[in-house]
Formats: sequence, C-alpha cells, structure tokens
Amino acid sequence: MRTDLVDTTADSSVTEAIITGRPAPRRPRGSTSPAGRVRSVLKHVGLALLALLMLYPLVWMLVASFRPSEDVFTPGLSLEGVTLENYTLGWDALSQPFGRYLLNSALVVLGAIIGNLVSCSLAAYAFARLTFRGSKWMFGLMLLTIMLPLQVIIVPQYIMFNSVGWVNTVLPLIVPKFFATDGFFIFLMIQFIRSLPRELDEAARIDGCGHFRTFTQIILPLMTPALATTAIFTFIWTWNDFFSQVIYLTSPEAYTVQPALRAFIDSQGQSSWGPLFAMSIISILPVFLAFLFGQKYLVRGVATTGLK
Amino acid sequence: MTAPTLPRIPSRPRGRKGIRESLAAYGFLAPWMIGMLAFTLGPVVASFFLSFTKYNLLQPPTWIGTQNYEKMLTDERLQHALGVTLTYVVVAVPFQLVVALGLAMLLDRGMRGMSFYRSAFYLPSMLGSSVAIAVLWRQMFGADGLVNQVLAMFGVEGASWIADPDTALGTLILLHVWTFGSPLVIFLAGLRNIPRMYYEAAQVDGAGPVRRFLSITLPLLSPIIFFNLVLQVIGAFQTFTQAFVVSNGTGGPSDATLFFTLYLYQKAFPGFQMGYASAMAWLLLIIIAAVTALNFWLSKWWVFYED
Repeated sequence: MRTDLVDTTADSSVTEAIITGRPAPRRPRGSTSPAGRVRSVLKHVGLALLALLMLYPLVWMLVASFRPSEDVFTPGLSLEGVTLENYTLGWDALSQPFGRYLLNSALVVLGAIIGNLVSCSLAAYAFARLTFRGSKWMFGLMLLTIMLPLQVIIVPQYIMFNSVGWVNTVLPLIVPKFFATDGFFIFLMIQFIRSLPRELDEAARIDGCGHFRTFTQIILPLMTPALATTAIFTFIWTWNDFFSQVIYLTSPEAYTVQPALRAFIDSQGQSSWGPLFAMSIISILPVFLAFLFGQKYLVRGVATTGLK
Repeated sequence: MTAPTLPRIPSRPRGRKGIRESLAAYGFLAPWMIGMLAFTLGPVVASFFLSFTKYNLLQPPTWIGTQNYEKMLTDERLQHALGVTLTYVVVAVPFQLVVALGLAMLLDRGMRGMSFYRSAFYLPSMLGSSVAIAVLWRQMFGADGLVNQVLAMFGVEGASWIADPDTALGTLILLHVWTFGSPLVIFLAGLRNIPRMYYEAAQVDGAGPVRRFLSITLPLLSPIIFFNLVLQVIGAFQTFTQAFVVSNGTGGPSDATLFFTLYLYQKAFPGFQMGYASAMAWLLLIIIAAVTALNFWLSKWWVFYED
C-alpha cells in the first residue's frame, strides 16, 4: 500500500506480520492517522451534504404533492394530514385522464425500444464483424449523424410526416427507430461486439452457420448487457423527450406525458401547484424506476462507450 | 488509456467469399441505409433547399435565393438568441465539467458509500431534461419559491429569479450544473483506468497531491475531459425543453431565455416560416461544426494521448 511507503511511523501490524510470518491485516483506507481520519469524515460530511442539497428539491416536491392545497409551499419536509387530493385533481385536470397520456408515452417508449434494439443491433453486427465495400465511409457517416443537431432535420421530417397524415399519431416517433436512426446506440453496440472473442463466431461459421444465424444464435445472446443499456437509455430519453413530442403531438388526445404536463401549466396558470406537482411526480416515476433497476447497465454503457 | 477509441473497420473484401460477405453486410445494414436516406440525409438536403425558399406548408415553396440568410443578419432577436445560447454554453458547460471533475477526484478511491454517492449524483442527469423538473425549477426560483423561503429563514429577501431578466438564464445554468452526474460517471470510469503505480512512484519522489493531480491525473484524463467537453458543447447548443417550459414558450422575461432553438421553434411551428427556420437550423449546424472544429484544434495544446 502506498501509504506504507512514506509513513515513517512504525506500523505494528506490519512488524507483527514480519515476526509471525502471517500477512498483515488490511486496514481500511484513510484511517492510517488521526488527521487522515478527520479528513475522511469531513469528506463524507461534505459529500452527504451535497447529495442532500441535490436531492432535496425532488424529495420536497414528492412531499408537497401529498399536502393539502393550503400548505403545499411549506419549505420543510413536514407532512401533516396526507391527502391524495392533488393526485385525483391532477389526474382529471386536462381533457383526458392522465392515464391516457401515460399510456401514449408507454406506447412511444415501447415502440422506440423495440425499434432501436432490432435495427441498431443488425447494423452494429455488420460494422463490427463483416468486411464489405464502403464500410469505412458508411461508418464515418454514421458517426457524423450522432452529432447532427435534430433541428436541421426536424422541419423536413415534419413536412414529410404531415403530408402522409402522421402528425398527431405516434408513428413519427416510432417508425424512424426501426431504421437505426439513433447512431449512438449502433456505436455502443459496435464497441461491445468488438470486445467479444472472434473465435466464437468463427467456430459457428465453420459449423456451417450463416451470418444471420451467427448473429442471432451467437452474438445476440452474448450482447445482452449492451442491449439492456440501449433499452434503458432509450426508455429514459424517449420518455423525457419533449422537443419532437411537442412538435408532432398537438391535439390533446395524442399527448404524451411531457406535452400533457406542459399543457397543464398553460391551462392552470400558477394557481394549482399541488396537482401539477402530483402529475410531475407521476411523470418522473417510471424514469426513476428505470434508473433504480437499470443503473448498473447505464454506468456500464457509459464506461464502454465513453459517451453520455 | 480509455480514450474512446474508434473500432477498426475491416478493409476491403476480396474474391467470391468477399462478395458474399458484402451482400450479407448490406442485408444487415438495409434498415440503417433506408433510415439514413429517408430520415436523415434526405431531410438534410431538403432542409438546405428549404433554407433558400419561403414556405408556409400551405402554398408550395417559392425560391427566394439568399434572402433568409440576409434577413438573419438584420434580425435582432436572432442575434440576441445567439448571444443567450453562447453565454449559456460558455458558462454552463465548463462550470458543470469542473464540478464533475472535482467530485470525481473526491470519489475515486474505492471509498465507502461510493455507490450511494454515485446514484445520488447521477439521478438528476436522468431527470434533468424532463418537463417535471422544469416545473420544479419554476416553483423553486419563483417569487415565493423554495429558494426564497430558505433565504427568508436567514433574513434574506430574494427576488423572483425566474421573472428577473438578469437572473433567469442563471437559473437554467444552475439546472445544467445540477445534471453533472453524467460527466461524473464518465470521469470515474476514466480515473479507474489510471494505473495506481504512477501515483505511488510520484509519491516516492515526493510529489504532493496538487502536483500529482496536475502531472498525472490531468494529462491522463485529458482525452476524456475533451470528449465530455465536445459532447456537452454540442448538447448545450441544442438546449430547448427547460427554457421552453420555464418561460412558457416565450423565451421571456424580456427574451432572457430565448435560446436559439426556442426561437427556431417559434418561427417554424407556431409561425410556419419553414424556410426561415431551415436557414436558422443551418446557421446552428455551421456554428456547432465550427465550435467543434475549434475544440479539436485547441485540443492539440492540452489533450495528451499516450503512445
């Protein structure tokens, strides 16, 4: 341990280890000296305070959403008289019950996840494992589109989808996903497939598997972590996406959760924060759950691509 | 080092087997190719064409040459929106990255409670772009919001941060900083890949913590810092939701949160000035490309690649 290299004070456990021939017990880091221990405690206090500061607004909104309307804005986290009034009021505040918007969002998210999983994994297999004419520039093109601002293509896309009557349906939000338009996920999957040993698919090829079977029987089962990362990121980003949803979904029956919440602000003004908070909490709950159960895959996905 | 290395793409195939493999590859890539043409390249070309036209969706587009671009030169709101966006990018992105890097330095040591802290700091990045958080921000920084109530406990009377043109943009910058978790997670992954022996050797040679940070951590992490910087800048130029919700789609107060994308949206969707909006989108693309190129050029002086 590096602390032992500079620490001139005699370390009795090491001495003991030398005498007895048994390995020295590992000491927890940061507790080598009283000063180090104080520093460690200070660090934890600081970090905990920062975590508290960051999460406090969220917890506060959660608590406030259960308060009767007259004391929604109490600053602390006290809760006298839990009521579901905000939830029942908020649920029916717009022309459709809020469940409708949740369902619409769920539909968009489900479609986007399936689309991304299927189309991006197909493309990623070709880029990662097959040799073909034009592979280099196609790969370059794919990387470039990751950086292309959505604003450049949204206007013509809108015109196109408008002309086929898809505005106010979920189709503009789902159909492109089946054509691997999210280059980011192709990139993530390529990185993952390349970390798999090539011998596996070569063995399958020798056994007479075609490329499609090699892909479905060998590669796809092995890349489930990358698929999970893709699914969770797609879930969270699509659920939160506001820009394209507010553009394509303008009639209240077609609203997903995000445009619905924004319509809520418009229709109620400042007066009904309680119900607005309640619906806000409902709207972030699915993302929170996805985060809670999928965090491992999110962190791993971030680490393998180095991307956001 | 873990700088995101691009995978090496196999070179040109040969022989009949090569042709077969090429055909298989095109099969796998067929959805991507169709998508690329129909939903990306097609619209890019169309957008370029539209930027030279006047088009309101009802009548067919009429060619007006470079008038849209000329109009941008005299559009004061557009220039103001550009200023707002640049201010946001220049302040919010470095601010967020410095916070993320500082915390990554504190967290990297296999310390106790690591996974708790990481979750606590990462969660806001997952929620930050949602309307719900913008709702929360509106309340928090409103005249009788959470922030002012806390300030009042200390006897400070706060302003209405959202309604004041001087502070409205600041609240959105804070919101961006609040989502420092995603670069933090990338930094943590990067720090874990710096061999510990470098630090041990430096310590033997008598290097203090500051010296170790400047001479080991910073150079070895610089490719990852650079990568985060490039991506965050590109993302920050496209900020939309928070400004839209906080200002009710107006970009107010007094255009203080009129982001470029918000102005573009106003022109295109309530305004149906599709030609002008397309020209604006191209200006945005050019600015982002130029800033990214500048970033890459500047990286020669501060980004350090091993080998």
